[in-house]
Amino acid sequence: MDLSSINPVLLVASLMVSATPILFAAIGELVVEKAGVLNLGVEGMMITGAIVGFAVAVTTSSPLLGFAAAALASAVLSLSFGVLTQYLLSNQVATGLGLTLVGLGLSSLIGRPYEGIKSPTLPDIHIPVISDLPVVGPMLFQHDIMVYVSIALVAGVWGFLKYSRLGLILRAVGESHDAAHALGYKVVRVRMAAIFFGGACAGLGGAYLSLVRVPQWTEGMTAGAGWIALAIVVFASWRPWRVLIGAYLFGGITVLQLNLQAAGLQFGVEYLSMSPYVITILVLVVISARGAHGAPASLGRPFHASS
Amino acid sequence: MFKKILVAGALTAAALGTQAAAATKACFVYVGPIGDGGWTYQHHQGALAVKETYGDDVEIAWQETVPEGADAERVLTQMALSGCNIIFTTSFGYMDPTNNVAAKFPDVKFEHATGYKRLHPNVSTYDARFYEGRAVVGHIAGSMTKTNKIGYIASFPIPEVIQGINSYYLHAKKANPDVEVVVTWVYTWFDPAKEADAARAMIDQGVDVITAHTDSTAPLAEAAKEGGSVIGFGQASDMAAFGPSPRVASIIDNWNPYYIKRVGAVMDGTWEQQASWAGMPEGEVVIGEITDAVPAEVKAEAEAMIAAITAGEYHPFTGPINKADGSPWLAEGEIAADGDLLSMGFYVEGITAEIPK
Repeated sequence: MDLSSINPVLLVASLMVSATPILFAAIGELVVEKAGVLNLGVEGMMITGAIVGFAVAVTTSSPLLGFAAAALASAVLSLSFGVLTQYLLSNQVATGLGLTLVGLGLSSLIGRPYEGIKSPTLPDIHIPVISDLPVVGPMLFQHDIMVYVSIALVAGVWGFLKYSRLGLILRAVGESHDAAHALGYKVVRVRMAAIFFGGACAGLGGAYLSLVRVPQWTEGMTAGAGWIALAIVVFASWRPWRVLIGAYLFGGITVLQLNLQAAGLQFGVEYLSMSPYVITILVLVVISARGAHGAPASLGRPFHASS
Repeated sequence: MFKKILVAGALTAAALGTQAAAATKACFVYVGPIGDGGWTYQHHQGALAVKETYGDDVEIAWQETVPEGADAERVLTQMALSGCNIIFTTSFGYMDPTNNVAAKFPDVKFEHATGYKRLHPNVSTYDARFYEGRAVVGHIAGSMTKTNKIGYIASFPIPEVIQGINSYYLHAKKANPDVEVVVTWVYTWFDPAKEADAARAMIDQGVDVITAHTDSTAPLAEAAKEGGSVIGFGQASDMAAFGPSPRVASIIDNWNPYYIKRVGAVMDGTWEQQASWAGMPEGEVVIGEITDAVPAEVKAEAEAMIAAITAGEYHPFTGPINKADGSPWLAEGEIAADGDLLSMGFYVEGITAEIPK
């Protein structure tokens, strides 16, 4: 075993890259759930974003355009979930699972011509002075732009939910849609907007996977990342900054255990791999024992103005 | 699952049609998507070759991304009920499901890839001597590494993977006595992001040659980010899109001859239980083009090794070889018995890591 061969600077740098797709998806899902909607279709929206982003980036040679297209495509796809659950009042769990299946099938259909192609990838940005700082520079300030966008998004969502009037309305809708409705807020419209935003974020996460992290298109490439994003929202007890911590923890532990293995450490790798899930369960136990779980009170409940 | 429903529907519809047409039906179960560009893709090429060879006399059906375990049993039962005459199960983890379902359908022939259990007369096993290919890429890896650290992304600790690691290391070490192999277990056959992470972890620690025992092209995509200082090999399929570098050569699984032969045997009624383990001589393991990124003399040595293995003159596990604990395994000039290889659970001398239990 030779732990000195692990370079902490490179470890943190690859941890951030590794966690970014799930961070995007999780922060989007957090907003959706804060509005009282449980969308289990994150995996399907992510993979749709992955292929649409990849296809557009390859066609136009512009990764940024790929990201934009991915966000739009996944958001539009999520609207199908929105229409079904908000207007036609279908079951959210079943519809969300259906969305995942549709996304996986649709992406493999679109993806056939794009297998084995290399994509243009995002350049790492270089900020004068701070990117050149020793240790901190290569660790934090030499990433591609989307890593910073994901962090900014977390800050933005936090500020929006905590300080803005619209954020307050969104939370009200998620806590008690009947009360929000009685106050004259358009519950369905707010929820549709939240679903749209969540779809766009999942799309960005998927596109990050196919354009930066792997960078290629392979069928089924999200391989469960969407489900991890859902777990992170619970782990974070619906708080934005905890989503960031959760995503880096989940992403970081994967990277760390692979690095430990490469350094020759054998014992404990399995424990490390399962630890994020164990922690999630512990968090659930703790918050329910305290009685104050952070889940929005109307989460997953259908709303109709007549009820 | 959406796709599964479609396939299941097609299978049922096809079953009705089959009885009238009396075509032989060959079915395939895949662990990943056909689009993985590696393992499953090559199996599907074999399925298509069967169709092309026998035309209207044969009908093929397949199902992708079938989880190993209980779900596989359900899929196999469904296939057997829908009129498949021969079913190929193409991953190690289907071993018990294959045997369980075979017990219930004695008239259906089952062919399980890379396993060793043949509990019923209608179950055969087949495998390829991938370690022959690993020997060739190991030689290239040992000759070309500058950091003397070569990496191996391993899936599960099963004999096939351990053979690969040992063969890769032995031949790298023959070319370069200072070489060290870094093994990373990812516990999956197909997860592009995790495969890329594993490649990244090794590259960050100074590994400059990576070979993978997983199914996607992600490790090559990760190596490509290093702009030529890290090389790798196509795995299972040629992965030519990543040439001439980082992909400098590849190990190709060519299942076509085997699938054509076995489906043919079902058609003319000569199918019998067997355990097939073919390699380079039979054309089942093929080394893809060695690119110009490999120095000419290394390329010549690799080609000489391929010729020797193909001609049956050289076996990659020829003694003297000791086990990792220092105890002798093969004496000078002794060739490993197939039984030893099929149950291989130890590293050879020089690999310091331990095999996870």
